Amino acid sequence: MELAEPGLFIDGVTITLEGREIVSLTRKVAPGSVLTVMGPSGVGKSTLLAYIGGFLDPVFSARGRVFVNGTEVTALKPEDRHMGVLFQDPLLFPHMSVGANLMFALPETLRGREARAKRVAQALEGVGLAGLEARDPATLSGGQKARVALARVLASAPRALLLDEPFSKLDADLRAQTRELVFSKARESGLPVLLVTHDAADAEAAGGDIVRIGA
Amino acid sequence: MLTHLGPILAIGLLTVPVVFGLAGTLLPAFGYLPALGGTSFDLEPFRRLFAEPAILMSALMSLATGLVTAAFSLVTVMLFTAAWGGTRMFARIQHLLSPLLSVPHAATAFALAFLIAPSGLIARVLSPELTGWERPPDLLIVHDPLGLSMMAGLIVKEIPFLLLVTLAALPQVKPKRMRALIASMGYGRISGFAFGLWPSIYRQIRLPVFAVIAFATSVVDVAAILGPTTPAPLAVRLVTWMNDPDLSMRFLASAGAILQLGVTALAIAIWIGVEKLGALVRERLACAGCRFRRDRALRLGALAVMLASAGAIFAGIAALALWSVAGLWQYPDVLPARFELRNWMRVLPNLMEPLATTLSVALVSTIIAVVLAILCFAREDQIARPPGRGALTVLYLPLLVPQVAFLFGLQLLFILAGIEATWTALVFAHLVFVLPYAWLSLRDPWRAFDRRYDQIAAGLGKGPMRRFFQIRLPMLARPLLAVAAIGFSVSVGLYLPTVLVGAGRLTTITTEAVALASGGNRRVIGVYAFMQMVLPAAGFAVATIVPALIFRRYRDMHV
Repeated sequence: MELAEPGLFIDGVTITLEGREIVSLTRKVAPGSVLTVMGPSGVGKSTLLAYIGGFLDPVFSARGRVFVNGTEVTALKPEDRHMGVLFQDPLLFPHMSVGANLMFALPETLRGREARAKRVAQALEGVGLAGLEARDPATLSGGQKARVALARVLASAPRALLLDEPFSKLDADLRAQTRELVFSKARESGLPVLLVTHDAADAEAAGGDIVRIGA
Repeated sequence: MLTHLGPILAIGLLTVPVVFGLAGTLLPAFGYLPALGGTSFDLEPFRRLFAEPAILMSALMSLATGLVTAAFSLVTVMLFTAAWGGTRMFARIQHLLSPLLSVPHAATAFALAFLIAPSGLIARVLSPELTGWERPPDLLIVHDPLGLSMMAGLIVKEIPFLLLVTLAALPQVKPKRMRALIASMGYGRISGFAFGLWPSIYRQIRLPVFAVIAFATSVVDVAAILGPTTPAPLAVRLVTWMNDPDLSMRFLASAGAILQLGVTALAIAIWIGVEKLGALVRERLACAGCRFRRDRALRLGALAVMLASAGAIFAGIAALALWSVAGLWQYPDVLPARFELRNWMRVLPNLMEPLATTLSVALVSTIIAVVLAILCFAREDQIARPPGRGALTVLYLPLLVPQVAFLFGLQLLFILAGIEATWTALVFAHLVFVLPYAWLSLRDPWRAFDRRYDQIAAGLGKGPMRRFFQIRLPMLARPLLAVAAIGFSVSVGLYLPTVLVGAGRLTTITTEAVALASGGNRRVIGVYAFMQMVLPAAGFAVATIVPALIFRRYRDMHV
């Protein structure tokens, strides 16, 4: 049956604000591929991510279902959905070291201090930041922070990635680099990705389908 | 689940004591109090009240005190913000705000008294060279019949409070851009501010201004320390009657409390009239395009009043501290001849019990208040709707109704319930006053918290409890501790609720200090008043140092 297919399935999701429709979408995103939602700033394209992630502001009303690998995530609490989110700011927890940020993200099922530390080391190595566990996130460069944020979200073993203009605050060459890293990591882990952006270059680099809203 | 309880408990805590307290004052005011033999309603208590000597004089004094205090403080704050907002001087004064706010009212009053009395620090500095006084002159400066010292004592304390609420409202009017825009039209700093920015600021600080009026019309501790005695302001006389061993005086006191309610209401009504008049004048001047470019004198004047009021508190504190360690100190020497710790050694044993009560009541009421405030805000996040104006009025209720008017009744209810003078009742009474401050001071930091941290943590699979305890709580540790320090200082400074609910059996540093006022032993008063200031200051120190230590390795967690 089609719902059990792997990947992200957005099934008739419609979000409205005071009766006005903002987004209406039915799409499938295969594992490792990217669906890009494009639109100018301020049309409310982030509400789609918020709905899927489970933190839509109650002023909006929404209907429709979202499945990942056959599970209806919209029926779950936000913390049970395991939707990895990346915002335009890295939002590393400022009161934790880089390593603790990743530790916090690791699933509880991974037990043992050593095993967890090892997984954190691997995750940092995977984004080219080996050995930075003890650092205060505030001392990292913008590009490093973005990569730690990526490593953190991947460490939590998400079902899918929700990207909310995650590259828009990086300068041009860093943006291309980070973009490449994010997409290759998602492919590597076989994660379906939903990207919201107003930057055509993001959409092009993502290589998947493009949906335009609010134009 | 727990968050559903937050707003309900908070609203109940703020309204129930006020409403039932008012009822408990109203009934005896009309002669009904079966426990004391009043079984029918009549106007006898009011007849007795108006037969009291100079009662209208007392009421008038209270009315004037409220209006003068509020007007003087507000105008000073407005002019100062208008003239100096955005400058380095403004920032410097801002830094003084927390320490000034944390000083309890009674301690401020003592500080001022020790400064301006004929034998106070100012007279000593000036004498005998400038004044020729070899002995303290026989001048009635403290307890002056017009209540000017009392008003000054209230003003120096209310200026920092009104400046704080103004500062909180300021960012929303985008002062930098507006100031530049208005200046480009050729308006002077003060007139531009008054015409362009002040109306929208004032709308936001109206309730705090009303709270100042309500407090100043019914203040007891400051009035007992600095106020006139023949006759004393209304609230002071009421408390004397209330504490009279002759229980039938309670009818009189209750009737007086209703009069007090009327005086405060009248003061606020007059104020609203003045508001209207002020708005009219402002509109006229603004529409006439009056620029008032030459406002230099006014600007300097505002700064001078500001500095003088802050300076008075600090200098007064120094005087208190000096007296607490003074040995022989002859007039008109500026400094004591000898310093000794004997005063402290003598007072300390008596200080211990009030100190323990002060600390335990302040800590517990603060913790409960902060938890309730957090629950309210968490609930607000859930329903994603900020509370309306009604909620804000409820929050200000205990600050807008004169304390005597509902505390008399509340005390009566506590007596009937058999919990008068218990520690629990005292914590409860303090909570009524601590909660509004906790809520108000947590509001901005809580709303400034970036919700996306929460969303990220949810995406990482963390439930609400872990998100709160591992992310939000540590990230808000600094503002939360600051809020706690404010709540703590409010509790430490509370006089009337403590006196009435503690009924003389449970005493705090503040009630002990005020009780010493009439005795006039400056060394002992110095010790108590100094302790009164040390406790809140210690609270603020802890609130600053603890997060700095915990998060010393994390740069973004510094201020």
